[in-house]
Amino acid sequence: MSTHSRTQFYCLLTVLLWLVCTPLHARLNIEIFGGGTERIPIAIVPFADENRLQQRVTDVVAADLQRSGLFRLIDPTGLSPYAPAEVVYSDWTNRGASALVIGRTILMPGGQVEIQFRLMDVAKQAQLTGLATVVPITQLRAAAHRIADIIYEALTGEVGVFSTRIAYVLKQGNKYALQIADSDGYNEHSIIEYTEPIISPTWSPDGSQIAYVSFENKKPVVYVQTIATRQRKAVANFAGSNSAPAWSPDGKTLAVVLSLHGGSQIYLINADGSGLRRLTRSSGIDTEPNFSPDGRHIIFTSDRGGSPQIYRIPVSATESTTAERLTFEGNYNVSPDFSHDGKSFAFIHRHQGRFTVAVQDIATRQVQILTNSQFDESPSFAPNGRMILHATEIGGRGILSAVSRDGQTRQHLSVQTGDIREPAWGPLLKQK
Amino acid sequence: MKTIAGILIIGLLSACASQTTQPDVEDRSTGADSGYGADGSALDSGGTGFHPLNDPNSILSQRSVFYDFDSYTVNHDYRPMVIAHAQYLRDNPNAQVILQGNTDERGSREYNLALGQRRADGVKNIMTLSGARESQIEAVSLGEEKPRAYGSNESAWSENRRTDILYRGE
Repeated sequence: MSTHSRTQFYCLLTVLLWLVCTPLHARLNIEIFGGGTERIPIAIVPFADENRLQQRVTDVVAADLQRSGLFRLIDPTGLSPYAPAEVVYSDWTNRGASALVIGRTILMPGGQVEIQFRLMDVAKQAQLTGLATVVPITQLRAAAHRIADIIYEALTGEVGVFSTRIAYVLKQGNKYALQIADSDGYNEHSIIEYTEPIISPTWSPDGSQIAYVSFENKKPVVYVQTIATRQRKAVANFAGSNSAPAWSPDGKTLAVVLSLHGGSQIYLINADGSGLRRLTRSSGIDTEPNFSPDGRHIIFTSDRGGSPQIYRIPVSATESTTAERLTFEGNYNVSPDFSHDGKSFAFIHRHQGRFTVAVQDIATRQVQILTNSQFDESPSFAPNGRMILHATEIGGRGILSAVSRDGQTRQHLSVQTGDIREPAWGPLLKQK
Repeated sequence: MKTIAGILIIGLLSACASQTTQPDVEDRSTGADSGYGADGSALDSGGTGFHPLNDPNSILSQRSVFYDFDSYTVNHDYRPMVIAHAQYLRDNPNAQVILQGNTDERGSREYNLALGQRRADGVKNIMTLSGARESQIEAVSLGEEKPRAYGSNESAWSENRRTDILYRGE
């Protein structure tokens, strides 16, 4: 059935993809949207021979799907089909499963593993999608995230984000590290460490670079660092404070906040540090710029009206352009982050003394408060708009939390010792 | 191997941070102005045994302006002190100060960085209007990144909403 080919590439290699009778966005006979309270019941049978691997693939797949809040895991105990011919569909109907994941793993020479998986529609008694892939044994988690993305996409019609990465700042004692991890918090590693604060990391649209603010020179300076090479450059190091970098969707321009000409105002600068030009002109604080997905607007925080509120201005603004105020509820609305479709933005809203994550619809201006925390900060939309990653505090320690767009599901990421803060969800990367 | 543990919590969590009261708030007499000895040895000593900047009886020994939440207005309580420093700068052209704006930990780090800048800029404006030279003053912001007092309570927060006046060479 499958062609075995060895690869020396240290990357995922798709050997065979077989799709039977169904388009990619095939749905089961279940509607899960409209409140998100209904979850797709899915059974994931441990793959054949995966106990021999250092990482069970189905454990990662199951954790991903469960974390999304859109799936309910059905216990497969006692049943172990590995191929479609071995599936007795009535068993799964009786257990309430609508979808079934089966597969096998095959250890190959040279530290490689072949993974075959199939997603079965229990009601239709047919395969929805499947994949056979050969990966290095060190890449089992990445392969599992990819399988979870395929399942998620087939059953919800949305793009999965399990293969994406996140960045955040880890503070331990007086040390600060800018770290990158998989979306489930695994495979974390530092790309830079200092004894001075690091804030405001943000991913370039292609995921190859991160811009951030470092206080290593006793004042805030904006750097851009290439992840693979660790090379970096100070792209905004003007007199006074330099902070709050934001990438344009084409990756060519950064918005930054400078106190160069007094106050804190938003400027645009080419990603190589050239071509500085001023965007906002107010006597107040203008900060936290964030580009719209079409690159035409910037939303930002300003106290020009007397309290910090969120405003919108065209990137093509001239001196006479007036920024449009977007938020009106309450007297502290900060840290805006556009959703992937540009139709809404997440922000921090102070409500009854609490700093909570809220989302506002651009067109209707309707605000939904998603959390009930004390100290939420730095909301960052997942690239499919389904979850919002943010910093919060529990028991006096900084942790990361992800809340679903409807507020129904939450997940927490914490460290054993230390605080984590300033999260940024990385972009979707095109499959090679 | 993995230091990050992902914990699934289904349903809306009420993630209330515990409000611990911490008694170990730093004393205001220490901290930013601890760079010189109580005898003023870092600077010339006058006839009193104290340099005017360090004489505990002098208004110049006061070095911090404190603020209300989300405010950068220098309250009337602190204006005489700021003006006294401006007059000292006017009378001592070689003296230089760094004004460090700080904020409490609540809310956005970037907005707080800008707020700290506003606080330092506000003190600078009063000083230049009161006779100090622009070149004698550098206003910078540390935002909420360098708290003097730790703890999530009003005592710590009010301690951290602050502009410090630091003389170069101290």
